[in-house]
Amino acid sequence: MKYLDEFSDPDLARRLVDEIHAATTRPWAMMEVCGGQTHSIIRHGIDQLLPDGVEMIHGPGCPVCVTPLEIIDRALAIAARPGVVFCSFGDMLRVPGSSQDLFSVKSAGGDVRVVYSPLDALKIARDNPDKEVVFFGIGFETTAPANAMTVHQARRLGVRNFSLLVSHVLVPPAIAAIMESPTCRVQAFLAAGHVCSVMGTSEYPPLAERYQVPIVVTGFEPLDILEGVRRTILQLEQGRHELENAYPRAVRDEGNLPAMEMLRDVFEVTDRTWRGIGTIPSSGWRLSEKYAEFDAERRFDVAGIRTAESSLCRSGDVLQGLIKPHECAAFGKECTPRNPLGATMVSSEGACAAYFTYRRLELVDAK
Amino acid sequence: MGHGGGGAMSAELVEHLFLPAYGSAAAAELGDSAVLTVGDGTRLAFSTDSFVVKPMFFPGGSIGDLAVNGTVNDLAMSGATPLFMSSAFILQEGTALTDLGRIAQDMGAAARAAGVRLVTGDTKVVDSGSGDGVYINTSGIGVIPAGVDIGPRRAAPGDAVLISGDIGVHGVAVMSCRDGLGFGTTVESDTAALHGLVAAMLATGADVHVLRDPTRGGVAASLNEIATASRVGVELIERDLPVPDTVRDACSLLGLDPLQVANEGKLIAIVPADSADRVLAALTEHPLGRGARRIGTCVTGHPGMVVARTGLGGTRVVGLPVGEQLPRIC
Repeated sequence: MKYLDEFSDPDLARRLVDEIHAATTRPWAMMEVCGGQTHSIIRHGIDQLLPDGVEMIHGPGCPVCVTPLEIIDRALAIAARPGVVFCSFGDMLRVPGSSQDLFSVKSAGGDVRVVYSPLDALKIARDNPDKEVVFFGIGFETTAPANAMTVHQARRLGVRNFSLLVSHVLVPPAIAAIMESPTCRVQAFLAAGHVCSVMGTSEYPPLAERYQVPIVVTGFEPLDILEGVRRTILQLEQGRHELENAYPRAVRDEGNLPAMEMLRDVFEVTDRTWRGIGTIPSSGWRLSEKYAEFDAERRFDVAGIRTAESSLCRSGDVLQGLIKPHECAAFGKECTPRNPLGATMVSSEGACAAYFTYRRLELVDAK
Repeated sequence: MGHGGGGAMSAELVEHLFLPAYGSAAAAELGDSAVLTVGDGTRLAFSTDSFVVKPMFFPGGSIGDLAVNGTVNDLAMSGATPLFMSSAFILQEGTALTDLGRIAQDMGAAARAAGVRLVTGDTKVVDSGSGDGVYINTSGIGVIPAGVDIGPRRAAPGDAVLISGDIGVHGVAVMSCRDGLGFGTTVESDTAALHGLVAAMLATGADVHVLRDPTRGGVAASLNEIATASRVGVELIERDLPVPDTVRDACSLLGLDPLQVANEGKLIAIVPADSADRVLAALTEHPLGRGARRIGTCVTGHPGMVVARTGLGGTRVVGLPVGEQLPRIC
């Protein structure tokens, strides 16, 4: 990973910034889809370097942020059961459900474990045949192949005490939903490079055409993002609306074919609710009938749980780019990373957390 | 868990729960050790710390040498020469005596290397399931030389911020061998006793204002505590931070900030600008300070806040970690 240094070189960055300034003749608003890009933009102060009027709108691409409340509440209910080992990536533990989070369940005696791979959860299941082991399978197209592979392995190995609580979401339907919103301000997209490294780029040209919007596949290091912005500005200024791949070191047009085959085998497309946004048709994956026995929602019968979102939280408006995080009245007051009301304040990739963590100085100065 | 993470939640617990309950201790400076004056005017440093690290053995060290070096360093951060230590064990029923023997050997070796004597101790055993392996508490006493006045409230605008070497090393070494993570790395913990390094700095005659060993919560937590206690701002130059490639890569993979990752053999020194060069020279001449460098400055702006200039020319706030560091999903 040493090559990462090359993608944050200040001299090259300055050159790209100069080109962006030279090319920009009027205000533009573009959305970076992925929370990893949002984090990098704020963490490195990239938006501070852009011309006045070029606005980065932070998109819904933080998987922790958009996992729907009802799934979180189901996770909490399953994790609290005796005899269950509930495994999750670390950043899901602090996401608030209707009344508590997974940390609270753990503190109260629930067996909640942080794992770094779904295969670790499968190993726990094999090592603990007397327990029910559940893995919280959230994320975009990036994390789905590993989850699919794990379920496939579980079936192949005959592991019966393992299941997946699935809440996968898909990027292209979200782009379509954002463009079709009557309040949409987005004029171009920086698409998420790692999503395209799995799925390829074929889903994007039709979106660019249908909505007349430039889409540039972009990586996550500072120079990746600046190059993505530069290409997007050039398209906007020239009146073009095409798909461009500015992340060719990771993304091939055809994507990762073995991963896609595994996904097709294990998952099927479903409507999915996005926290703060609502239901987007055909925007998620669930386990296919072939693998239904590994579906934690069926195994634990948790469908009837009622949910209640904070009335103060405007996470959904932030996720749709309708407001900046600090424009929410609860930002930094009732809602902080210590006491988050919504998921965008929890995940390090959430726009609210990024602003709270890195931008407090400006926000204090602005008052 | 977050209340033990050394970040904002730990600070809240001390400020809102322990200090009000303890009453007289509320005036304490909240440094790494308490400074106590006895009858003849001798100033003693007194400190206690508990060690619950998992796994107990990790690249470059164990919970045993950590328990000695940690308390030695807490004393050293007030300029004290460490003299005596206690060690108290809480063991889970079923702990292997071979492991315990190895830990005790590491503690003895670390104490001899640091020139401190383990003079009292205690052992308790809890039921299987009530604890998790081996927990160690150590307390230490040292003597502060006359004329030395080091404390978290003494940072002043214009002071230089120095670090004694590479950051984030211990935290990454421990994470690299945790269950389920286990990534390959050549990083070894930097655990070491730092009182010799402190003595070398003091020997320059510089008026060292603040010392801190940035353990849990990392450099970010220590600098925030100093900025808050002294009511100064701290401005860091991000490209001057000594972050080894291995640490940066591991942090990039896990979504962690190297500034928030734990260290065990590094110190932060806040010194007047006009003595920064000679203190740096003294640090770099010492085997434990070879990688020392200046990383920032105390400023009058944004008091209580730490701000970094990014490599690209932007700025960002360097905050306290909230609780436990949680690796991100992707």
